[in-house]
Amino acid sequence: MTSYLSIEHIHKTFGEGPTASEVLRDVDLHVDRGEFISIIGHSGCGKSTVLNIVAGLLETSTGAVILDGKEVSKPGPDRSVVFQNHSLLPWLTVRDNVALAVDKTFKGTKSAAERREWVLQTLDMVGMSHALDKRPDEISGGMKQRVGIARALAMEPKVLLMDEPFGALDALTRAHLQDEVMRIQSELGNTVLMVTHDVDEAVLLSDRIVMMTNGPAATIGEILEIDLPKPRERLAMADNAQYNHYRAEVLRFLHERHKNPESEAA
Amino acid sequence: MMSAILDRNMTFGAGRERPAAAATPTDPVARPAPPSDRSGGAPPPDPGLWGRRMRHAATVVLPPVIVTAIFLFLWEMMTSSQGAVLPGPSQVITDTWELIIDPFYDYGGNDVGMAWQLLASLERVAYGYALAVVAGIGLGVLVGQSTWAMRGLDPLFQVLRTVPPLAWLPISLAAFQASNPSAIFVIFITAIWPIIINTSVGIRNISQDYVNVARVLRLNGFEYFTKIMLPAAAPYVFSGLRIGIGLAWLAIVAAEMLIGGVGIGFFIWDAWNASMLSDIVLALVYVGLVGFFLDRLVAIVGKWVTRGTQAG
Repeated sequence: MTSYLSIEHIHKTFGEGPTASEVLRDVDLHVDRGEFISIIGHSGCGKSTVLNIVAGLLETSTGAVILDGKEVSKPGPDRSVVFQNHSLLPWLTVRDNVALAVDKTFKGTKSAAERREWVLQTLDMVGMSHALDKRPDEISGGMKQRVGIARALAMEPKVLLMDEPFGALDALTRAHLQDEVMRIQSELGNTVLMVTHDVDEAVLLSDRIVMMTNGPAATIGEILEIDLPKPRERLAMADNAQYNHYRAEVLRFLHERHKNPESEAA
Repeated sequence: MMSAILDRNMTFGAGRERPAAAATPTDPVARPAPPSDRSGGAPPPDPGLWGRRMRHAATVVLPPVIVTAIFLFLWEMMTSSQGAVLPGPSQVITDTWELIIDPFYDYGGNDVGMAWQLLASLERVAYGYALAVVAGIGLGVLVGQSTWAMRGLDPLFQVLRTVPPLAWLPISLAAFQASNPSAIFVIFITAIWPIIINTSVGIRNISQDYVNVARVLRLNGFEYFTKIMLPAAAPYVFSGLRIGIGLAWLAIVAAEMLIGGVGIGFFIWDAWNASMLSDIVLALVYVGLVGFFLDRLVAIVGKWVTRGTQAG
């Protein structure tokens, strides 16, 4: 396998003995450099577990994650994470939150002045230059997530991992940030792995959508290739037959073939 | 506030030689007068601001003033009857007037002004409390971080923290062979428990989100301690520090009663032996006020240090 990021047959079981619960069974995924991959599935299907394993925050029970030829088993700056609830440090300003990541990542390779400049540049990229000295509790949820994205991008990761990055935002802010992420990704060519439960978001942003079956012992049910030219225009997509076809495919997978486990139980 | 209360006390009797008018300007009750004066004359620069200030005065300042006045009045009534054992407020002021107006006298030995007595106590508290802060936060971090240390130390802490402060005094007197270090040790051992316990709870409650951020950024132990752990636990640490300073001030009075020397605790004991009840009352007022200011001080420092850490 020569893919940039390989998720090789990973299994994940939490706990031991009779209380053990198998969360992931044989998840196998290969991602090329510069690809935008979405992982979609119902709540509790283990999609965040996959992301956390790639991030190195969780260990696999069996199987391995290989990034750019090297196995990863612990967290590292080559795989930065945008957390769902932004996870900015509330006692640091916007600038200092990003600077913490930049200083840590580029201590040996960039001078202090270069690092300062780089912090400003990444915050400019996400449109947050106006709030450099504000603390997280002084800015809106959308702005916090922008800073979270800036912090992750500032580390120049090989893979950008996003765990439902827009899940906590209102619809308008979400759309706006999705556009920004599309723009930034086309500029920088990042490899992105994003967990989401929003079908439109997945189709609009991704090159491929990984659809997961329901847990326990979830695995990849189907992978849908989204063959739409980039950049994609949100408004144009609304009337695009191809787009709507992909959308329907994902919905069919989620609602016919792998119904929400809660609705099944009812 | 304090001067207002004292001025009001004055008008009960002891201050008869002072002109009654002197008390009025500082009397908050008299304040609501200005707006009615203004309404007739030139338009006020900002009537909204004045109105708000008046409302503020009426809702915030008025209740404590009224309640204090009623309290002093009842106290005076109850102690003014024939055969009353305890002095009333006016009696206290008359008896202790010398002490009030000259807090910095020094006639040598234990015979020094109230300010020196309080400063001596505060110095002991400062030493004991400072040691408790350093050791308490250190042990709290240890217990919060290491499950092994928590299992080992927690039972010990839970038992020792229930030991009353004064029960430590004989053993510390035996250990130190001197009264001053013993008093400082009693302060230390009294103040340290809430600091340890709150710090460790704060460390244990650090959000997994911040831990994950630290792991993704690969912060080392020292960076994690200074950038994540201390700021994240600071609100808890400061509630521990605040409880600690309160207990330290509670303990010092009792400890000083036993060790003697200069200090507000022994001043009270000395006054009791000399049957100077008014001196005791005055000392209690000072002890209360100093304790109140210590608590406020730690609260203000805590508020300043932990700004921003509450919201997320």
